[in-house]
Amino acid sequence: MSAPAYYLPAGLPRPVAEPDGLDAPYWEGTRVGELRVQRCRACRGWQWGPEWICHRCLAFDLEWTAVEPRGTIYSWERAWHPVHPALRGRGPYVVVLVELPHAGGVRMVGNLLGDPMQAVRIGIPVVAAFEPHDDATPPFTLVHWRTA
Amino acid sequence: MDYSPPYQMRNAIPTWERDAAPSRSVRGRVAVAGVGETPYYKHGRAPEPEVKLALRAILAACDDAGVDPRAIDGFASYSNDRNDPSRLAAALGIPELRFSNMQWGGGGGGGSAAVGNAAAAIAAGYADCVVVFRALAQGQFQRFGAAPPAATASGEAALTFPYGLISPAQRFAMKVMRFLHDHGIGPGAQRAIALASYHHAQNNPRAVMHGRPLTAEGYDESRWIVEPFRLFDCCMENDGAAALLLVSAERARDLRQRPAYLLGVAQGSEYRNAARGHNAPTYASASFTTVAPRLFAMAGVTPADVSVVQSYENFTGGVLMSLIEHGFFTAEEANDVLTLENLIAPGGRLPLNTSGGNLAECYMHGLELQIEAVRQLRGQSPNPVPDARVAMVISGPMVTPVSSMILGTHEVL
Repeated sequence: MSAPAYYLPAGLPRPVAEPDGLDAPYWEGTRVGELRVQRCRACRGWQWGPEWICHRCLAFDLEWTAVEPRGTIYSWERAWHPVHPALRGRGPYVVVLVELPHAGGVRMVGNLLGDPMQAVRIGIPVVAAFEPHDDATPPFTLVHWRTA
Repeated sequence: MDYSPPYQMRNAIPTWERDAAPSRSVRGRVAVAGVGETPYYKHGRAPEPEVKLALRAILAACDDAGVDPRAIDGFASYSNDRNDPSRLAAALGIPELRFSNMQWGGGGGGGSAAVGNAAAAIAAGYADCVVVFRALAQGQFQRFGAAPPAATASGEAALTFPYGLISPAQRFAMKVMRFLHDHGIGPGAQRAIALASYHHAQNNPRAVMHGRPLTAEGYDESRWIVEPFRLFDCCMENDGAAALLLVSAERARDLRQRPAYLLGVAQGSEYRNAARGHNAPTYASASFTTVAPRLFAMAGVTPADVSVVQSYENFTGGVLMSLIEHGFFTAEEANDVLTLENLIAPGGRLPLNTSGGNLAECYMHGLELQIEAVRQLRGQSPNPVPDARVAMVISGPMVTPVSSMILGTHEVL
């Protein structure tokens, strides 16, 4: 058998943009290999997760900025118990919270690619790895991380 | 005016000066007069529908207080309890419903807030006799610990579910891992919290884990759920119902039980606690860093005055952070303070979760902790702390909003 195409098995909930469109630019960005976060045109502050208003200056004037897809591990966990049917038999996997110092310190959740039993250390640098699910309906792309 | 704090700079946030008039406190004005619960069951094992469990718990609390159920004129609950006060009032033949309240937020964060909301209604004259209740029959509805059966995820869930970060344990392990890392806290701290709950449950016939003791070896050998949480770091999931009856302090003095007076209560969370996708600026927190100071200020006591603590265990790491944020010890002291010996009644330095709590008595969404605090002040606990006069309850670490409360006997009014 060939190696699985995805870090986690297919069948987990598929991400879809919110009906009001708030986070649609983020998910569209992942499809073209961009990691986009919100930035305020008025005060130039960064914002993540997405919201309609800038929490710093209260302007409704947020733009979506592609940021360099790298960061450092802020926290992590190794999940063992399968809480979803799709995870049964998968074995342990690693979820990381990655801080992006060059984008105001916003944080992103993803999986850490590689050996699920690898030693994970808070503070080490990581780079994004885009994982397109072109066979899904609708297609989507996840943003994982690997040690830099 | 520049009212825009830079991202993650809490100190720059403008605040209004608070109005500290004595009339704005509930201290000593309201008391818990009755407590009651159904038998506690493993999840899915309740022999009766959830709403019937709620009714039984409410009647038990009335009976404990010696109050006719028709005297109830208000209800308060939390975490989207499914049992609507209007239905309960109709079912119980209550002459007039005067107060109906739901505390926003999920998890157990609303347990103490619901008591506070009920007390505020009594102090403000909205109602005279308010029930705080929670009923759960997870076997009849969706379980908390399993993924919801949806094919898609949007909003906050879209940022986490596709990465296998789905359950509450997975959501909060990330916070606790960071906290343990920041302060060099070892596995013994979480273990002691789990062992204390199981220790206390062995004296509590109500406890689901009564007769099921846990040893340090049993803890260490238990499977990982999600690092840094082992099986015994995680709460149970249970069926049952619990209720407390609140009345004014004056009225409570004429009722059957020794009143447990509300000294203080506070709810809320820090700056942008709910920033999506794990972006809370104060991330490695149980969410009490701003709540706890308000609680102690209203209650007029310090951590050293607290006889016994009930601290909501969704996960032991949350208890650890809750106790630190309420000032019982510092993060740097956690390895030394969090030992089984220190946490058990009657002689421990900080008796904790003396009924067994969410880990070993029942996951009644934490409301069993309020009941245990009342029983400690009455001398009715299965693990009594001698001369307990001040009892604290901490509700729902790591969610938002959270809440906590302090009860006291008449000696500390």
